[in-house]
Amino acid sequence: MTTEHFPILQVVLPLLAAPVCLLIRHPRRCWWLAMTVSAATLVISVILISTVYASGPIVYHLGSWAAPWGIEYRIDRLNSLVLLIVSGIGSVVLLFAHGSLGFEVKRSRQYIFYTAWMLCLCGLLGMCATGDLFNIFVFLEISSLSMYLMIALGYEHRALNAVFSYLVMGTIGATFFLIGVGLLYALTGTLNLVDLSNRLEPIAGSPTVLTAFAFIILGIGIKAAVFPLHWWLPDAYRYAPNSATALLACTASKVAVYLIIRFVYDLFGPGFSFKSVQLTEVLLAAGVSATLLMSTVAVFQNDIKKMFAYSSVAQVGYMVIGISLASVAGVTAALLHMFNHAVIKSALFMALGTAFVRTGGFSIDQIQGMGRYMPWTMAALLVAGLSLVGVPLTAGFVSKWYLILAAIEHDYLWLAIIVVAGSLLTLAYVWRVIEAGYFKPIPNHIEQRREAGAGLLVPLWILVLANLYFGIDTSLTLGAAHGAARALLGIAQ
Amino acid sequence: MNPELHLILCIATPLLGAGGILAAGQRPNLREAITLSTAVTLFALVLALNLHPEPYSPTARPFEIFPALTIAFSLEPLGLLFSVVSSGLWIVTSVYSIGYMRGNREKHQTRFYFFFAVSIAAAQGVALADNLFTLFIFYEALTLCTYPLVAHKGNDNALRGGRVYLGLLLTTSIGFLLVAMVWTWQLAGSLQFVEGGLLTGRLEGGTLLALLALYLFGIGKAALMPFHRWLPAAMVAPTPVSALLHAVAVVKAGVFTVLKVTVYIFGLDTLFQSNAAAVMMWVAAATLLLASVTALRKDNLKARLAYSTISQLSYVTLGAMLATSMGVVGGAYQIAAHALAKITLFFCAGAIYVAAHKSEVSQLDGLGRVMPFTFGAFFVASLSIIGIPPLAGSWSKWYLMLGAAESQHWAMIVVLIISSLLTIAYLMPVPLRGFFAGSGNDNQGFQWRNVREAPGTCVVPLCLTALACAVLFFLGDSLYRLILPIAGQQ
Repeated sequence: MTTEHFPILQVVLPLLAAPVCLLIRHPRRCWWLAMTVSAATLVISVILISTVYASGPIVYHLGSWAAPWGIEYRIDRLNSLVLLIVSGIGSVVLLFAHGSLGFEVKRSRQYIFYTAWMLCLCGLLGMCATGDLFNIFVFLEISSLSMYLMIALGYEHRALNAVFSYLVMGTIGATFFLIGVGLLYALTGTLNLVDLSNRLEPIAGSPTVLTAFAFIILGIGIKAAVFPLHWWLPDAYRYAPNSATALLACTASKVAVYLIIRFVYDLFGPGFSFKSVQLTEVLLAAGVSATLLMSTVAVFQNDIKKMFAYSSVAQVGYMVIGISLASVAGVTAALLHMFNHAVIKSALFMALGTAFVRTGGFSIDQIQGMGRYMPWTMAALLVAGLSLVGVPLTAGFVSKWYLILAAIEHDYLWLAIIVVAGSLLTLAYVWRVIEAGYFKPIPNHIEQRREAGAGLLVPLWILVLANLYFGIDTSLTLGAAHGAARALLGIAQ
Repeated sequence: MNPELHLILCIATPLLGAGGILAAGQRPNLREAITLSTAVTLFALVLALNLHPEPYSPTARPFEIFPALTIAFSLEPLGLLFSVVSSGLWIVTSVYSIGYMRGNREKHQTRFYFFFAVSIAAAQGVALADNLFTLFIFYEALTLCTYPLVAHKGNDNALRGGRVYLGLLLTTSIGFLLVAMVWTWQLAGSLQFVEGGLLTGRLEGGTLLALLALYLFGIGKAALMPFHRWLPAAMVAPTPVSALLHAVAVVKAGVFTVLKVTVYIFGLDTLFQSNAAAVMMWVAAATLLLASVTALRKDNLKARLAYSTISQLSYVTLGAMLATSMGVVGGAYQIAAHALAKITLFFCAGAIYVAAHKSEVSQLDGLGRVMPFTFGAFFVASLSIIGIPPLAGSWSKWYLMLGAAESQHWAMIVVLIISSLLTIAYLMPVPLRGFFAGSGNDNQGFQWRNVREAPGTCVVPLCLTALACAVLFFLGDSLYRLILPIAGQQ
């Protein structure tokens, strides 16, 4: 086997592992299989990103049928980074799932969870790797359906309500997307992204293209939880099993944001998106309201998991602001924040999952005084929380810096102020958690006052340390984001 | 010693000490011995910085975060001054806090000493930062690791004070200072401190004013109104914390940053020729007067001292905004002189609380006659703050007035004089009541019958710092010669 098949192998491996999990049924063996596959996808992503950097984009033709007739997989600077996020953080969260799932999902049902996980991974990686528009739709559905399944496994009954509204919204999104794809296919007769992009250029003015654009962006916008299309998200995040929440927050929404960038900058091109359609104003309004409103809502949540869920919507707002600016600095900031927020939010949700083992809940009263009996978990919440705020030497600082820089480059001083105002609101809700955890007395009902096991703490701290590492050494993240942004805007490397 | 290693050690020593304090948590005597020996070692290290043959050259660069944004340390006159002041006063404060914390039987003492040492490390980082980015990191670190000290008592009142403290300081630093830094980076491509000013020739008119305002309000630790509320809120902290952090390390880190930004980022020439500095100068003057008036109306001694600090900090900002060499010299001088005097005043307030459990000015009638050393030191330090020779504070007033005359801002001289009069009005009542009030009344004598001076660990440090106010007066010339090279001549 040679490295040339890697782009498809990464997608096929989890797809094959899924039915095997269904047959094995034994939770521990399922986990081992899933973990091996997940680690393999990580290794492949690392090889892919280094190959892309050494020798340019990788093009792979499925079944050796040349594009545009066959399906093409295309790995470039942009999606190799997203592949790395999904497979890397996905692996760490899966490591965590092994320890945390036992507290939330019945043993007899765990194999379903791992099956869904593998399908979800397959869908997410496929959406990133493929260069075919219809293929994206297929993988979008694979990942969404498996995600509904994972959320439905949440231990509270309300998980079913949450998953139902997600199902409805998700289906609307997918349908919108499909309508858009259909319109474009009817117009051009091709589904290959590169080919399509070339053919769209001469007919960019046509109302059909405009309609297709609107349907596609709205459809993906629902998946990415771009304000105000985010209504499904807080409940879905809240009632999903903790490891599934971490996976959702760090990968699913990120892949959707990636697709927005891909469509806006690559498929339709910045000329169409920002001059003919004036997407800047639309996205800027969405991003700014997400940042301010959702952060404010988060401040008033008493349920920490829900607080962080609203915070995720706000953080997607930052990425959308970056995308809307249509400049290298803006896209760099969006990509950086995509990576950094994945590292931050998964650490936060995993810390909550670890705390849940002892507190049995997520309300702010239940974690009071946790710093005394769970020092490592609380310290993880503190570090990841400060990273979310954007304190220097943490990952969050780097993306905030670039976002402010992008705003100032456009002479939008007000936008810079809004970005930092969002940070301050973040500080307000993070500090509620920190204050409760460190300075309030322990409630009486907590019986087991000791730290959680290493099976939970080790994966948690891998991500916490990643938060610090990517705040100090930015060569990987900044290099990849900057390179991808320049490539997207057609500026020579 | 290798100069680079020496610089790093100045920051690492208190951190190592903090580790030791944590390890010795169960044995109070050993823990306090570690605090004291770390403080002495640090002071010796900082003083030795002066011995390098080419004093202002050593630079240490641990790493680069992203292009043109490095963490690096170097030594320059202002930094040396701040470093010497903060590390030197840590020694006396350590002695004092041992007496105070044990005298009041405070809880969580290990946490207290640990974060104290970490805060000192952060202050050294601020002092020795080679560029604005490094300074910012340690500035934020200083905010975060002083929070546990402010909220030390852990009751609702302390938590509320801590929230205001943290909220205001982070709001200003993230909300304004960070934006100003990114803006500067975008304009100049780096955040290096450059002699003569990084932004020289890159800015003018309204933009200059906007950036300057972002910087000065962003440096919340300089407590320019209307972002001063954190300082009185932080007075819920135990007195040694108020003494060192809110008379020396934290607030002086703020005005030190103001001076650094004025001299090395904007450049005195640029500011001198623009109207932006004049606008901000009036903000500083207004803060100076308003805070003094507020101090007059505070009966709580620590609150009065807090407002006095706000007022005195604005002297430094005012000096910087005069944008003349004498203004900068006066500002730098004020950092040292005010630190010595104000720490004495806080020590006295703490000693009064330990000995007599009184915190209001109106309750102090006649107390001075049983606590002569404490009230004597208070008197000396008050005179220094007012600016009466032969005490250190007189030099800073002198140079500030020279600076105002140099730039022909005559109104500022009037402001400075009014402020001195106000200072007399709010500080002098304390020793006067202590020594002279209630002398005809037998009840007063009876009330203080069981009160004696606070323990030696409290009284000796405050006498030493009061004495230092006088000593610094005679070191005026060497300080002047230290600062003048960076202030340049117009």
